[in-house]
Amino acid sequence: MKIEIEIDGKKLQVEQNSMIIEAADNAGITVPRFCYHKKLSIAANCRMCLVDVEKSRKPLPACATPVTEGMVVRTRSKLALEAQKSVMEFLLVNHPLDCPICDQGGQCELQDIALGYGADASRYDQGKRSVADKNLGSLIATDMTRCIHCTRCVRFGTEIAGITEMGSIGRGESTEIGTYVEKSLSSEMSANIIDLCPVGALTNKPFRFRARAWEVLQARGVSAHDCVGSNLHIHHRRNKIMRVVPKENEAINETWISDRDRFSCEGLHSEDRVTTPMIKRHGQWEQVDWQTALHVAVEGLQTIAQTQSPSHIGALASSNATLEELYLLQKLMRGIGTNNVDHRVRQSDFHYQQATALMPTLPVAIADIEQQDLIIYIGGHPQFEQPLINHRIRKARDNGATVIMINPVDLKHNFDVSDKLIVANPLLPRALTAICRALSEQNPDAKTSAQELLQSVTADDKHQQLAKQLLAADNSLILLGAIAQHHQQGGLLHGLATLMASLGNSRVGLLTPGANATGAWFAGAIPHRGPAGLNVAKPGLDVKRMWESQLPAYLLLNLEPEHDCANSQRALKALHNADLVICVTPYKTAAMEQYADVILPMAPFTETSGTFINIEGKWQSFTAAVTAQGESRPAWKVLRVLGNLLELDGFNYVASTEITDELQALTANINSDQQINKWRYPSQLPAVNNGIERITYWPIYRSDNVVRRSVPLQNTPISDAPVIAMSQTLAEELTLKAGEDVVVSQVDTSITLPVKIDNRIAGNVVYIPAGFAETAALYESFGSVNIERK
Amino acid sequence: MVATREGQQMANANKARLSDSAKAEIDAWLTKYPQEQRRSAVIPALHIAQDENKGWLTTQLMDDVADHLQIPRVSVYEVSTFYSMYDLEKVGTHKVCVCTNLSCMLSDSDAVVARLKEKLKIDFNETTADGKFTLREVECLGACVNAPVMLLDRTYHEKLTPEKVDKILGELE
Ligand code: SF4
Ligand code: FES
Ligand code: FES
Repeated sequence: MKIEIEIDGKKLQVEQNSMIIEAADNAGITVPRFCYHKKLSIAANCRMCLVDVEKSRKPLPACATPVTEGMVVRTRSKLALEAQKSVMEFLLVNHPLDCPICDQGGQCELQDIALGYGADASRYDQGKRSVADKNLGSLIATDMTRCIHCTRCVRFGTEIAGITEMGSIGRGESTEIGTYVEKSLSSEMSANIIDLCPVGALTNKPFRFRARAWEVLQARGVSAHDCVGSNLHIHHRRNKIMRVVPKENEAINETWISDRDRFSCEGLHSEDRVTTPMIKRHGQWEQVDWQTALHVAVEGLQTIAQTQSPSHIGALASSNATLEELYLLQKLMRGIGTNNVDHRVRQSDFHYQQATALMPTLPVAIADIEQQDLIIYIGGHPQFEQPLINHRIRKARDNGATVIMINPVDLKHNFDVSDKLIVANPLLPRALTAICRALSEQNPDAKTSAQELLQSVTADDKHQQLAKQLLAADNSLILLGAIAQHHQQGGLLHGLATLMASLGNSRVGLLTPGANATGAWFAGAIPHRGPAGLNVAKPGLDVKRMWESQLPAYLLLNLEPEHDCANSQRALKALHNADLVICVTPYKTAAMEQYADVILPMAPFTETSGTFINIEGKWQSFTAAVTAQGESRPAWKVLRVLGNLLELDGFNYVASTEITDELQALTANINSDQQINKWRYPSQLPAVNNGIERITYWPIYRSDNVVRRSVPLQNTPISDAPVIAMSQTLAEELTLKAGEDVVVSQVDTSITLPVKIDNRIAGNVVYIPAGFAETAALYESFGSVNIERK
Repeated sequence: MVATREGQQMANANKARLSDSAKAEIDAWLTKYPQEQRRSAVIPALHIAQDENKGWLTTQLMDDVADHLQIPRVSVYEVSTFYSMYDLEKVGTHKVCVCTNLSCMLSDSDAVVARLKEKLKIDFNETTADGKFTLREVECLGACVNAPVMLLDRTYHEKLTPEKVDKILGELE
């Protein structure tokens, strides 16, 4: 309900339960503040927001005073200004007045407000308090003498990050903000407290003292690491990226970004960036000019296409590539005459690819996740896959939603899970089928073609109870995480989740890896469909078959297969045996130097224009923040020239926006049939193997080539060295002890890893991370492994 | 007040853990608060832990309390550093907490303090060499009518004079 109040002579209609400060903010009237933040609870401890309210004898804090009908507020009356000035004076009693040597200088709320509302000179001439700095880890620098105890950082931990690590220690004049025992912050969103801190107490550690706020230029960017598409402001100076901060977008990332999005930029200038084209001649790498390198690449491709067949060439791309890059890549391949193009590098199961919808999207907007009554999350760890989706799930939980986890590992979340079903990884399909059976029993009106499959399993009380909860919810959502998608029966799991949704009156959504998997599907970077879901006559090879077929030529876009692919050893073998491997890549790796023949240096996401389609289907285009380093070029330009040199039609783009426009126009052709999932269910579940199975996950800071090179991220407490984790029961069965090195082998290779006991893992399953040099030598990411004592 | 390096080292050297009987006592307190407000029991829980460890709390004990109450550890540190009744460093057998707040000061708590320091040969926040006494300056003890006041372990001593201090200390020696 709206009521009328007056602020500074303006009559305003405001929400009944709002505070004066919210009403003022909405009307564009500035009230100074430190502790108040629209996304945090009200603390009202700084008193900077004092305003003059008619009929009140004292000034009142605007952040903690609810509006009432007919209220008259003055933010700039004599009383208000005097109050604000006095508060400012108190706040500065213990605050150092040395802005020139403070990293926050020039972007400091305290400095700004002191200038606007404080006195000209300090009357305080006694000793100031000093506070020892705290070590909060590799991301956040501290200067605790500057802290004004607004507690924004403390509230952020509890209310947003979901992990209380900072607190107010001590009391009165000896109050200090900190962790009490030295501790690096472990939240995946921790660095948002840098933006929240209104003073220079908490600052960006890698950026510290590297530039002043007024020296940097600001460009808009979109996160290139997960499917949320968080909006960024990229700050750069003299053509170098200095730091990344969030750009507010209420519908996507609100005012936050994950630490991965903020600090990945530290990996952009790593030593293994390639900035000149290179070719391998007689086993030796040579730096060459673009013309030479492109010539070698084109000639190689042409020879194989002509002497063998175009279908002997395979192209693989990262799902962090832009829409334009992916579109040109598939256009190039299809122009040469093959459909061998794919981006689903972490997926193991492609059986049901024809059944899926045009492109993976969420059935609701990201912002609406928090409005759901019930969310079932299957297979994965949302907090470390898409931190900001996890944040919405957490908010849904705070709003009273039921959140159910179905997982092979009883992972820890930063919210209380309402209910969970933990099953050994190979039994995941069985568990979902059983829930479907329970649903069809409880909801006999729902028709399904999967009756035979459903009859092949039995549903126990737990399955019945989960089914009941799903049917009882009005607004429910089923989400599939990375484990479910990469699972050896990932296709089937997706199908079963879809079945669950149709029997349970729910909707299903995939939380895809990378920033642009949705865009990759739309662009046609898949072997079985062209752009906008166009039918192709004869599907090309999927990732798995491209590796298994040991093709003579591979074209890799923004990819490091040894770290990025499901079956890294199979990939490495195929690449080593190939006659021609062309890498369009921003970085080179040791393995790449072995298998590649041509390295074409491409610009990473900050140095190119492009578009990402996020998981809610939103197109977000961006331009290059800085120009490409050295001789490297935006990959769309590289692919365009390759197209030209191969004399293919339709490669005459002058700007990347022309490609975007061409793709936009395709949205009109969308084959509506393919918007619908068309699953054909098997009559039986595949047999379960009784050996030891491996689950592979990509740790948050090993997820892609840029992130892996960010040293500050690698030094956080959530960046663990690779281990093989298993339950105590399994360890005992294998007579292994925690910490002991074991030999993990698959097919003909083996690696050594230390054992970690983790009783959250169900069944005869071991949990091994990917994205590490140590684990690259393994085969199938979901498959049997052998474990022996060293 | 933040744990000093020495304080933390000392705390680490003291390996005491929260005993089962202490946990049972805390559980009894928990029944007095609503289920979802377990953190309300933090104050009695810290007293129980402190009493069990010769009058002071180690970081380990605070962590044990936090884990037992299922609340963040830092939330326990916030409470234990806020209240002067918790000690985070080793203390003497007897804690002498003397009030120097307004009413007591006006009733000459200075003389009481001087006598205490002289007798015990220590300053505020120090412990006698024999480990018998720790001297503390505290804020209003809520007994202003009978100022000046000191709290010796759990007993209030009121209307103090230096002579009375001699007597009280004498009885303990
Ligand atoms: S460190 Fe910054 S955000 Fe935290 S309480 Fe101090 S001033 Fe506020
Ligand atoms: S902003 Fe209102 S008291 Fe701090
Ligand atoms: S001032 Fe000493 S007891 Fe109140």
